[in-house]
Amino acid sequence: MIRTEKVGFEYMRRDVDGEVVGITQALEDVSVKMEPGQFVAVLGANGSGKSTFAKHLSGLLVPGEGTVWVDGMDTREEDLQIPIRRTSGMVFQNPDNQMVASVVEEDVGFGPENIGVPSEEIWTRVEKSLKSVGMYEYRKASPNHLSGGQKQRVAIAGLLAMQPKCLVLDEPTAMLDPKGRKAVMDTAWELNRKENMTIVLITHYMEETVNADYIYVMNQGKVVLEGTPKQVFAQPKVLEQCKLQVPEITKIAAGLRDKGIPVPPDLLTEQELADWLVQWKASR
Amino acid sequence: MFRDITIGQYYKTDSILHNLDPRVKIFATLVYVISIFTFHHFAGFVVAGLFFFAMVWLSKVPMKFLVRGLKPIVMLLVFTGILHLFFTSGDVVVQMGVLHITKQGIYKCVFVTLRLLLMMLGASLLTLTTTPNRLTDGLEKMLRPLNRLHVPVHELAMMMSIALRFIPILVEELDKIMKAQLARGADFEEGNIIKRLKNMMPILVPLFASAMRRANELAYAMDARCYHGGQGRTKMFPLHYESKDIAAYLIIVIYVVLLQVVCRIFAF
Repeated sequence: MIRTEKVGFEYMRRDVDGEVVGITQALEDVSVKMEPGQFVAVLGANGSGKSTFAKHLSGLLVPGEGTVWVDGMDTREEDLQIPIRRTSGMVFQNPDNQMVASVVEEDVGFGPENIGVPSEEIWTRVEKSLKSVGMYEYRKASPNHLSGGQKQRVAIAGLLAMQPKCLVLDEPTAMLDPKGRKAVMDTAWELNRKENMTIVLITHYMEETVNADYIYVMNQGKVVLEGTPKQVFAQPKVLEQCKLQVPEITKIAAGLRDKGIPVPPDLLTEQELADWLVQWKASR
Repeated sequence: MFRDITIGQYYKTDSILHNLDPRVKIFATLVYVISIFTFHHFAGFVVAGLFFFAMVWLSKVPMKFLVRGLKPIVMLLVFTGILHLFFTSGDVVVQMGVLHITKQGIYKCVFVTLRLLLMMLGASLLTLTTTPNRLTDGLEKMLRPLNRLHVPVHELAMMMSIALRFIPILVEELDKIMKAQLARGADFEEGNIIKRLKNMMPILVPLFASAMRRANELAYAMDARCYHGGQGRTKMFPLHYESKDIAAYLIIVIYVVLLQVVCRIFAF
């Protein structure tokens, strides 16, 4: 679905005269592969380059070095810009700053309008996508009267209406309360399971990545760790070096190991840990 | 304190006026506002007033709602009224020291106030019955001929609808920044005008900074949703005239003719 090869990107800082005063290497040698229908998470702390990377995945930024292919299309080709963005939609962190219209249904219709979908079909698409994120009853509301989680779901609907194959969610829950966070994550999972949508979740909450198919961990513009959640979570030291908040269960497991209890490193949930401890105790 | 800004306020209900093509409503409002300034006899106000009240009745917007929208301009009305009352020369009716009220003054005071009132009410009836997006759609289509003169009509309409969307957000942000500065001991009430303006700086700078950041993010979000200008764009609400719109145009013409006829009759 999406493949990147040795992607590099630099931000140049310029002074008032346009002279380059500093270069920040935001991405270096990033190579990833995301298969259709997968739920892939990109984990990283603030400043790890994950948001810059996210913008590469839907062609909003073009790599300085290396190549990004979205569904086989090279993002460097100008002519493919629109098809790439139709294939891979992107949801941003701040729900307020990605809404264009003052009515929910008009905002969802913005994307289809841009790609020239006939009027009647826009309405069927708007209805369908609002229903699939559970926001249909709010279609006439003003975005200003919605909660953060609801706005974020409307933003997702706005992309669904363009019928993408892949959704890139750039820290969609960072500005939400726990309730809104759960609603947005549930929506993402439902799209992945029911409609087989490829989801790329960019986040710094490790808890959100527990059920992902594959995780890339980024630090200082590079991929430092990758694998299934079990493989990644088994390395709490590396994760802490990346300034990530390791989940309690992973920490408890590591602590128990230090005390001499041979807890396997790949337990992710409370239930798993409890079950294992009960079994371990019984077997002694 | 900025909460009562009512630019482009919309009253949600279902009425004949709400469902008219925005172009008809924009045209009608324009014609109506101009028509208020074409007569010099009180009979004109009767016709214009009746027409207005008929429209309000059709729109199902409560009169209370309309009147509330007049609040910000009450001062302006009173001020212009008083100016005309006291400073029009002519036949003196009442003399109070240096001030005098003339017959012409009373006449002008009533006329100007009523005209301004009807003008404001007429314009607000337009925004009350038309969502901002429909309004910009209508304007965009009406002004499309200007495209030939290289006026970026679509871009202007887009800017207008985005501005309308972000006004409440920025107002809220302004409120927040002001409270944050107040909490740090800033004082916006004290001192002369220059001092007060200086005190506004710590509010304006963060507000502008945040507006820029929002603009940048919105640009990315619009890019992500394939926005590439007006070319090849379709509309959720394509504008087609229906029979009711044509009837509305006819009613406006009838109103204008009626107004002129009535005023001619009474002018004699």
